Amino acid sequence: MSDLFREHAVNLLLTISPIHLGNQKLTKITIVLTKPRPIRLKGRSFLALSLAPELPLEDWLAGLDDLADRSAGFFLRRPVVLDVDGLDINKAELRKLVDDLGQRKVRVMGIEGARHSLLGPDMPPAMNDGRPASDFEPPAEGETDEATEAQDAPAVETVVAAGPPIQATGSLVVTEPVRSGQSVFFPEGDVTIVGSVASGAEVVAGGSIHVYGTLRGRALAGTTGNGSARIFCRKLEAEMMAIDGFYLTAEDMEPDLRGRAVQVWLEGHALKTAILG
Amino acid sequence: MGKVIVVTSGKGGVGKTTSSAALGAALAQNGEKVVVVDFDVGLRNLDLVMGAERRVVYDLVNVIQGEAKLPQALIRDKRVETLYLLPASQTRDKDNLTPEGVEKVIAALKKAFDWVICDSPAGIERGATLAMRHADIAIVVTNPEVSSVRDSDRIIGLLDSKTLKAENGERMEKHLLLTRYDPARAERGDMLKVDDVLEILSIPLLGIIPESMDVLRASNLGSPVTLADEGSAPSRAYFDAVRRLKGEALPVTVPGERRSFFGKLFGRKAA
Repeated sequence: MSDLFREHAVNLLLTISPIHLGNQKLTKITIVLTKPRPIRLKGRSFLALSLAPELPLEDWLAGLDDLADRSAGFFLRRPVVLDVDGLDINKAELRKLVDDLGQRKVRVMGIEGARHSLLGPDMPPAMNDGRPASDFEPPAEGETDEATEAQDAPAVETVVAAGPPIQATGSLVVTEPVRSGQSVFFPEGDVTIVGSVASGAEVVAGGSIHVYGTLRGRALAGTTGNGSARIFCRKLEAEMMAIDGFYLTAEDMEPDLRGRAVQVWLEGHALKTAILG
Repeated sequence: MGKVIVVTSGKGGVGKTTSSAALGAALAQNGEKVVVVDFDVGLRNLDLVMGAERRVVYDLVNVIQGEAKLPQALIRDKRVETLYLLPASQTRDKDNLTPEGVEKVIAALKKAFDWVICDSPAGIERGATLAMRHADIAIVVTNPEVSSVRDSDRIIGLLDSKTLKAENGERMEKHLLLTRYDPARAERGDMLKVDDVLEILSIPLLGIIPESMDVLRASNLGSPVTLADEGSAPSRAYFDAVRRLKGEALPVTVPGERRSFFGKLFGRKAA
């Protein structure tokens, strides 16, 4: 990063940091009345740039133009979220800001930290619960051409590569029992519980779920569309288990599995269960 | 500095107030200075169970709102002189409890007493969370049946996340008090087994209080059961629980198991 850019970054307080979006819980909704095939809603996590404008907006936009001049197409095809948390701005000003950004080919897909009264139906939707990822390096002056080309061509790959190494944080180990009413939510990968999962508790994982104790609550594995995820538990008393949106309630489970060490996996559109060793 | 205990359960009617009074009285009968604080604003009962309902002038809400001084609101027990009660207000609601006010009252009580026992209301709302907030030790009161066990599990989760100790990264000391244990129903398999409850909740067992007419009789008399009849089965169970609370390693006996031979005999006859 060149000194010049750093100066801009400090003076104009233009912060650019990617965040994860929409780690929604996966749910399966069945429309019973007319359609035989169930609709499946999938949660997916994307990386977006978060732009935090600073007052006065004219100066901030000038800084943005400066950045765009140095690297044409920097914002092209990148999802951008506008972070207006703590910004003293009214509805008209916010709308103008979104328009101004649109003119600069920066398409705002969502607005974070805005009061509901600031957002109209014609505005980008409100977003919340964004989790910070590593900061995004904007292209520095002098290396514009290569950088721009590299980022222009394979847009999707670049966005993923710029984010945190998702695979490296692919497991979560919980050493306490998961109590009723608690929810362990980890879309990044596998969850291992050393203890029991109580009735009324839930574990939601993007990968597999391992419970070294009694599974009494709910376990939802592979929620980010990972059909190869599995659920393992030392003692099965579960209320519900799901993999990639296909679920099995306690009523549908084989009665002889109760109280046994069990694994669950997805085969086609059906959950399969087997007693472990 | 005294220790703050919260007696909590999530579910109502499991015996929080009875246990708060009995444990408080048992500690005081051992010569410790004890105050039992009723947090059930709007539905107070502790004054009745402790036989002080006709002596309530000021209450917890009055103290918190600055309408009375703490010593004015404390009621000294007529039978045990080291036992005090801080009653709740019956006419206000739980919104009158403020976090700052509760903190001040608890801090003042800690200085003056060896044990501050907070009788939590049922539920997981304001009253219950404020009652547990400043606790050093939690006593989770549970009946051996599924709904009570699940609610207790929920409360244990809150004890590990919403209390001051948890927020400071410390571990809250938690004990299970299994109440209304009925040996006859346990014999028939109508109740959850002690081992099952312990396996689900996975916290140490402080004691098992048998279901008994003595408890009901004592409540109606306005006396903690440990004061009404020191020799009764529930009283002895509460006295044992207090010894364990003070750190004594006393094995827990499951009520009715000593009489297992007779139990089986009667069980067959009944069938």
